[in-house]
Amino acid sequence: MIEWVHPGVILILGALLIPFLKGRIKQLYLLALPVAAFIAVVSASQGVHGVVHFLNHGLVFGRVDRLSLVFGYIFTIMAFIGIVYGLHVKRDGEYMAGLLYAGSSLGVVFAGDFFTLFVFWEGMAFSSLFLIWLKGDKASDAAGFRYVMVHTVGGVVLLGGIILYYINTGGIGFNAIENSGLAFYMILIGFLVNAAVPPFHAWLADAYPEGTIMGSVFLCAFTTKTAVYVLLRGFAGTELLIWMGVIMTLYGVFYAVLENDVRKLLSYHIISQVGYMVAGVGIGTEMALNGATAHAFAHILYKALLFMGMGSVILMTGKRKLTDLGGLYKTMPITMILYMIGALSISAFPLFSGFVSKSMVISAAEESHIGWAVLLLTLASVGTFLSVGLKLPYYAFFGKDSGIRAEEPPVNMLIGMGLAAFLCVAIGVYPSLLYDVLPFHVEYHPYTAQHLATALGLLLFTGLGFFLLLKRLTPEPAITTDLDWFYRMGGRLFLRLANRPIAAADGFVGELYNNMILGPAKRMACFCYVFDIGVIDGIVNLTAWLTTAAAWLSHKFDIYVVDGIVNSAATLTSCSSGVWRRMQTGYLQNYALVFILGVLIIAGSILFG
Amino acid sequence: MNSINWLADPRNGRFLKVVYLIALLVVFAADFFVHRHHATFIWDAIPGFGAVYGFVSCVLMIIVFKFVGHVWLMKKEDYYD
Repeated sequence: MIEWVHPGVILILGALLIPFLKGRIKQLYLLALPVAAFIAVVSASQGVHGVVHFLNHGLVFGRVDRLSLVFGYIFTIMAFIGIVYGLHVKRDGEYMAGLLYAGSSLGVVFAGDFFTLFVFWEGMAFSSLFLIWLKGDKASDAAGFRYVMVHTVGGVVLLGGIILYYINTGGIGFNAIENSGLAFYMILIGFLVNAAVPPFHAWLADAYPEGTIMGSVFLCAFTTKTAVYVLLRGFAGTELLIWMGVIMTLYGVFYAVLENDVRKLLSYHIISQVGYMVAGVGIGTEMALNGATAHAFAHILYKALLFMGMGSVILMTGKRKLTDLGGLYKTMPITMILYMIGALSISAFPLFSGFVSKSMVISAAEESHIGWAVLLLTLASVGTFLSVGLKLPYYAFFGKDSGIRAEEPPVNMLIGMGLAAFLCVAIGVYPSLLYDVLPFHVEYHPYTAQHLATALGLLLFTGLGFFLLLKRLTPEPAITTDLDWFYRMGGRLFLRLANRPIAAADGFVGELYNNMILGPAKRMACFCYVFDIGVIDGIVNLTAWLTTAAAWLSHKFDIYVVDGIVNSAATLTSCSSGVWRRMQTGYLQNYALVFILGVLIIAGSILFG
Repeated sequence: MNSINWLADPRNGRFLKVVYLIALLVVFAADFFVHRHHATFIWDAIPGFGAVYGFVSCVLMIIVFKFVGHVWLMKKEDYYD
């Protein structure tokens, strides 16, 4: 008997087999994976499981307690709903990314030490990136890059904090973190980036509207809620978080009032809703922590429902802006009703899930006598109903008829939405379903006459304000700049500024190269050429020419002088021999005459000389 | 789905308005009669506070947020292109 099976590992390993399956079998397999993971969570006994010894440390893969179990339940339920909703999708990549992402989130939830947590944390960032990139247009490419850039920075800060924490304490166990200076704040910032707490929030509203139809449904559930989980685990009672959470609730509300893109509006309301959870963590009483947990649980369901509703609208109409939509109630009534169940849940209407979870956080603030937080959190719920419960459905489903006659989405999408809607109502009507699994045992009764009267007054009169100022709230074809402006425009400014020195430096180096190396080299080559032509060739040619001339001369000398001498000697010899030959008469009297003549000449010269 | 078409029919608008106003009155009045088992803050003791707070903050939010958006943060759709 295996003692414990990691539900996240079921999804992660299971996702790898998806490309090998086809048709109905694949669909059944896809549905079976989250069911198996859910069973693994339900059957897990509390305690520490899956300890792996690594470099002298025990890595804890399975810390199972009441807090991790609640998140385990909702994450596996959510993975199932998301798969049902996306069952018509043809691309394996979307299922794989979605399940790897959900599996990594479960990995974070059950991690008992910082090292394991960090590995799954990064796994979430990179698997979720593909839920954005798979949409496959220019906007999603760019948004995906910005998304992963922010999460990489957040991850590095978290890792830095973890290392400092290890140096300070000598342990890597992940429990409540004592404020020990830098390590505390670095880990906190790493967590706050994923919780989308301003000023670290801009990635969320930037990236989530650019995901695929199914991808955004997964995205809206896991990243921020794992961040809430780790904050609950490590930073309960950090007072700074009350402030940050309250500001967050209003920050999201503010942008949602101005927003025209339907999924971006909903994204700003993730920021707003996570604010209640962050504030709950900050208050830190058992009631507040229960409230934050309950609200995370309820939020995953109704926010997924809202994203599924608007995903259906975008899929069937091809439009994503409120200014392009209107009058859809005629042909998409089921989608509208299911969306409205999500809208009433997030707005905390009685009998819907938000009513029983959000009020726990506000009641906790009340019990802790933090009056300003109570008033501002209530203000944010007014804004929530205004944008998600009134403005968005009014201008998408009613309002000015856009002439679009889109049909209802495929039946699997309606079933996915129906499951989430059913759970939203079930929790609202029968809150014990949720309260029984919360980490602490706290008595809380949401359905008191006072609470009902206040909540209904608040919501119905918000509606009055909306209808009186309907014209002023008409969506406008515009975008609203948020803090991502700094890295979108800042990046451009940086490039422009950087370009100038870089271009100048490039020019300078080029010039230097020209002047110092290329120019001299050219001149050297020129010189060599001239030297070669003039001097070397000159010498060679001169030598050749001289040789030729000398050869010609010696030839002439040979012909005329040497041959001349030889010939003339021969001629002379032959001429003289002719003469001499005639002198050799062979007659003695001739010789004697010559002899006597000679003697006479000699004697004459002696006598008369 | 006839009920939705009925709700959206402009001919029934007047009837719906009357129903909505009655609901507002009932809810506002009911707050005067509920038993207040605890009143932590001063506003918990004021009947109808929720209604007034909801209405006033809704109106202020629409006016102030839209104003800030128009003068500062809202840009043309091709701003980042």
